[in-house]
Amino acid sequence: MRLVEIEDLHVSFSQHDGLVQAVRGVSFGLDSGESLGIVGESGSGKSVTCAALLRLLREPPAKITAKTLSLSGHSVLGISNRAISTLRGRVAAMVFQDPMTSLDPVFTIGHQIAETILAHRKVTKREALAQAVELLRRVEIKNPGAVTNYYPHQLSGGMLQRAMIAMALSCEPDVLIADEPTTALDVTIQAQILQLIKDIQAETGMGLIMITHDLGVIAETVDRVVVMYGGKVMETGPVEAIFSAPLHPYTRALLNSVPGQTAGKQRLVEIAGSSPNPSHPPAGCPFHPRCPLAVAECRQTAPPLETKAAGRQAACIRVAAEMVAA
Amino acid sequence: MTELATQATGLARPDQTRQHSPLYFAWRRFADNKAALGAGVVLVVLILMAIFAPLITGTGGNEQAFLTQSLAFPSGEHWFGVDDLGRDFFARIVYGARVSLGIGLSAALFSLVIGLPVGALAGYLGGRFDWVTMRVIELFSVVPPLLAALLLASVTRGGLWAIVLIAALFGWVNVCLLVRAQVKSFREKEFIMAAQALGASPWHVIWRHLIPNSVSPIIVGFVLAIPLAMMLEASLSFLGIGVQPPTPSWGQMINIGMNFIFFYWHMAVFPTLALALTILSASLLGDGLRDAFDPTLKGR
Repeated sequence: MRLVEIEDLHVSFSQHDGLVQAVRGVSFGLDSGESLGIVGESGSGKSVTCAALLRLLREPPAKITAKTLSLSGHSVLGISNRAISTLRGRVAAMVFQDPMTSLDPVFTIGHQIAETILAHRKVTKREALAQAVELLRRVEIKNPGAVTNYYPHQLSGGMLQRAMIAMALSCEPDVLIADEPTTALDVTIQAQILQLIKDIQAETGMGLIMITHDLGVIAETVDRVVVMYGGKVMETGPVEAIFSAPLHPYTRALLNSVPGQTAGKQRLVEIAGSSPNPSHPPAGCPFHPRCPLAVAECRQTAPPLETKAAGRQAACIRVAAEMVAA
Repeated sequence: MTELATQATGLARPDQTRQHSPLYFAWRRFADNKAALGAGVVLVVLILMAIFAPLITGTGGNEQAFLTQSLAFPSGEHWFGVDDLGRDFFARIVYGARVSLGIGLSAALFSLVIGLPVGALAGYLGGRFDWVTMRVIELFSVVPPLLAALLLASVTRGGLWAIVLIAALFGWVNVCLLVRAQVKSFREKEFIMAAQALGASPWHVIWRHLIPNSVSPIIVGFVLAIPLAMMLEASLSFLGIGVQPPTPSWGQMINIGMNFIFFYWHMAVFPTLALALTILSASLLGDGLRDAFDPTLKGR
């Protein structure tokens, strides 16, 4: 039984002018203790995939279908709100992008962490508060006792993100989903938060899903990567392999466009064109309008995600030929 | 928000600094508004007078102790004079405050009891429940409240509780709209989703996050419902279908005083002044609270 199992997940949102297909047939899984990065640009469906996994999307307008969508063996499709809220937090907890808005402004930090503990465990208020102090200490907040009495507006972004992580940890989740946890923070704080998440994962052995558009974050924190584009998985594989020898043309283009790879001033490399409109995705492979290797066949049929090398999969018909040629 | 946050960079301040809650800052803004503060003081004095009425007045509100001095003008002995039935008019005004404020407060409380859950649910659930609630509210807003209250009061033949319920029936709409708007805007906030992602049940989200974040509109709605209910009671009593004599009610006293106004002015003037003062202070207090709780409302 895998911790997270997603098979053929489709998520669409109905709007006045039609259907927005945010996720189109995504499959991946996560074993306990494993860390997985989901990388992709804005609108690639990475956040929606994880929100669907926790059923955080409002349905309707969202519509979720999948062959399998489960958290440690429990299917999350077609179960009651009450049932899903017992899985949330306990099985999978989530840390959000903007810590400034992810905490309730009218309660103190300690109160909010204690509330979360009380919601999941049978302890007294006093014990919950003591545990909150302990958790804040664990996320390396200095003088945690004082911080429990602070309101969110009195703390910096980095401190708040630490508090959010403490809150997520308070439920002792089997898997932590971090949705761009460092995007709203400045670079030095980013490194600290990533290190913290890594340390905690190593310590507790929980699973980790890190959603980001930052390849640097992925390289530092995870074992395995899922590259998403246009609501589909383009490529998956171990992080070193993806960085050293990307298979899919999109992954290559993405790695090429990371600035600062060579010294000196030069024009930034970009991927020509723009990402597909999710209400009218292109037929065939979603990347073909921007792909330098596209052929006629790419425009007609979407290539399935196939195993191209040991532990590596890619959704591209050109990869095999390329690999042989290279 | 971002401004505050950037100011608070680095580590937390040392323990010694006092922590101020949002309520503290609201109180500071309220205290700067002298009109609202004055109104609050006046209202507190009025409420204390109503509670301790027997200690302030020599006679009860209905005691015809001064029949020989009927219709006497204000004097050192009878501050507000004596009415046509030989009752000390000051005593009647003070006992009238009990009725007026009692009805105002309990009607506001009932408005809250109806408006808060309905507004919170309509805002949170949306969809069909929200649609039905909004149509019901529209129904209330097209019916002139006084006419409907007249009808209901004559059907129920008045009485204290009937008036409280009628006032609440028209007062809950405002509370409901305020709470609904606040809940609707807050349920899209990230911290609500964050709470859900950590396993908070819908009940927990409404009760522990959405309603505490709606405290300011709730308080404002409650305070502003008080003068509305008092006005309604006074109007109904003035028209003779509200609080029935001999229970002293300001509206009813104004009605009787009207008959004497050319000769014995005190019979109409004092209850009118009492009513005006109370409603003015309740309204000013409500406005002051609204401004204090909404720091974004700078243009005043």
